[in-house]
Amino acid sequence: MSAPGPILFLLGATHHTAPLELREKLALAGDKLEALRRELRALPDLREFTVLNTCNRVEIYGVAAQPEVVARLQSAFCALHQMDPALFERIRLLLRDGQAVQHLLEVAAGVDSQMVGEAEILGQVKDAYVAAQAQGTTGPVLNRMFQKTFQAAKHVRTHTAIGEGQISVASVAVDLALKIFGQLERCRVLVLGAGEIGGKTARAFKSRGVGQISVSSRRFEQAEELAREFGARAIPFDQMGEALPEVDIAVCSTAAPEAVVTHGMAAAAMRRRAIRPLFFIDLAMPRNIDPGVATLSNVFLYNLDDLARIADENLALRQAETLRVRALLTEKADALWRQVAPRINGDFPES
Amino acid sequence: MIFLGFTDRAWMWLAAICYLAGLVLGTVALLRDRRQSRLAMYAIVALGFVFQTLGLYLRGRASHSCPIGNTFEIFQFTAWSAISLFLVVGATFRLSLLGYFTSCLSAVLTLVSLATVSWDAPHRAGLFGGNAWIEFHAALALFSYGVFALLALTSSMYLLQTYSLKSKHLHGLFSFLPSILELDLISVRLLVVGVVLMTWSLGVGSVHWLEDLASVDLAKLLITSAVWLAYAVVLFLRLRSRLVSQRLAWTCLVLFAAALLSLGPINASRHPMKPAAPHSMAPI
Repeated sequence: MSAPGPILFLLGATHHTAPLELREKLALAGDKLEALRRELRALPDLREFTVLNTCNRVEIYGVAAQPEVVARLQSAFCALHQMDPALFERIRLLLRDGQAVQHLLEVAAGVDSQMVGEAEILGQVKDAYVAAQAQGTTGPVLNRMFQKTFQAAKHVRTHTAIGEGQISVASVAVDLALKIFGQLERCRVLVLGAGEIGGKTARAFKSRGVGQISVSSRRFEQAEELAREFGARAIPFDQMGEALPEVDIAVCSTAAPEAVVTHGMAAAAMRRRAIRPLFFIDLAMPRNIDPGVATLSNVFLYNLDDLARIADENLALRQAETLRVRALLTEKADALWRQVAPRINGDFPES
Repeated sequence: MIFLGFTDRAWMWLAAICYLAGLVLGTVALLRDRRQSRLAMYAIVALGFVFQTLGLYLRGRASHSCPIGNTFEIFQFTAWSAISLFLVVGATFRLSLLGYFTSCLSAVLTLVSLATVSWDAPHRAGLFGGNAWIEFHAALALFSYGVFALLALTSSMYLLQTYSLKSKHLHGLFSFLPSILELDLISVRLLVVGVVLMTWSLGVGSVHWLEDLASVDLAKLLITSAVWLAYAVVLFLRLRSRLVSQRLAWTCLVLFAAALLSLGPINASRHPMKPAAPHSMAPI
């Protein structure tokens, strides 16, 4: 940062540079984000800035009239977090000019994420930009840089496999349900067991538009509690077998030491269902569904290992795609830097 | 007959090349694990359809009848029917991979019929005796075969998707297949359309047959009725939920193979060939 003159920079810390316990210290929770913005606005010669604050990164993108401004910004940042500047220097990420552009592109495209290819980060980058724009802390450089970044991230997600396949067990289960039923709006889900993993999967189905959820548990009050969360119906556990023919997806995660859905129960349910398939998701350990159920026609059974293996395969595919995506983003970053560089020096071309 | 310097067979070759291009494009996309462009596939198939329509039109003009006079024309017309239906169904239901499967089937049907020169034996002009109703009956019957061809494709896709989900192999080709329920829904609709068309065709044909019992060969009558009855029974059982999922898909596949094989005996049972018409339909 020694060359004089205005610069584009990125200062921060991410899951690549800092361990969790330090990232926790740097997190801009509560009023801290606003406090940091106030500090930054007060810094002379900091022309533009945007703060990206997520659970895995705190990044400040800015345009400074002189490189020294970055050092002052770093001091203010450390003071706010009461962190030793020497310690921060060991974990910080400091990039400038074209490298900062390339980094932002990789972040927005999900390449730099802990869960490679996750889509949530693009929304978070957008939120950070919108907030900065609303406070008037962006200008010709960051406006162009972020807007072009969003286009590039969209392009990459559309034209590469970086975001393909789900990488969490619950999302994989939802994806499989889509492969069977096409749409989930008219699907009925039965959650057996009101524990954490059952609730998580039910939440994933609810968020993807499942129309009707029922909950059944040996402890009826627990079933009622989870059912209330989804506006669902609680079913006494001994009536679960009667409910089976009426549902499309059964998520099992009880603590029972033996199978709670037997081959006979599933076969009887299928005889009463006629056409629609039945999808069993066995998330329990030991397993809650007799593996023989999978031999029934039009019945699909996936257990925890199956779902975890699919999630791992999807993650591996995404990671394999990162090389191609990085190459694509490098081209875009070079082009974007050529557009942005004149603006840093106060030169604003028409296009 | 020639149009823009190309014979009818040349137009059909162009159509076959388009269908083959669709097959290659789809295969390359699948091998690269990329989602194929639905628009590109649709455009290629549509272009092939235009070429094939031109070829069949020139044939029809030359023979003064619907171009379904020999095995070559029957295969071409069946492929044309399947493609024309895909152009409607594909645009309406947007089932991924249906275009790829349709171009595979059409490439095979058209290329095999073009390569087997003996299938394109000359036939007499005015094969249907100038009776438009018989021609309508025959064209309708073959169009229903096109519908059943598409049904065989959706059934294959259903079986592949079921295999994928049962065996837990979800990548590659399998990742692009439509859902089980979507495939079942479209299969039932195709089954209904096919049976309705074939019933209509047989209804029209039976009126003519009742007027002149000797006009239809017994073998043709029995085979056609058997194919119709088989599909009608399958439809009945499906609507009563007695024949569903994989058993339905396998039945539709086997039935289509049988229906396709039955075209040979049906064609052979036609009236003995008279001297060829003066217009040329010689293979290129």
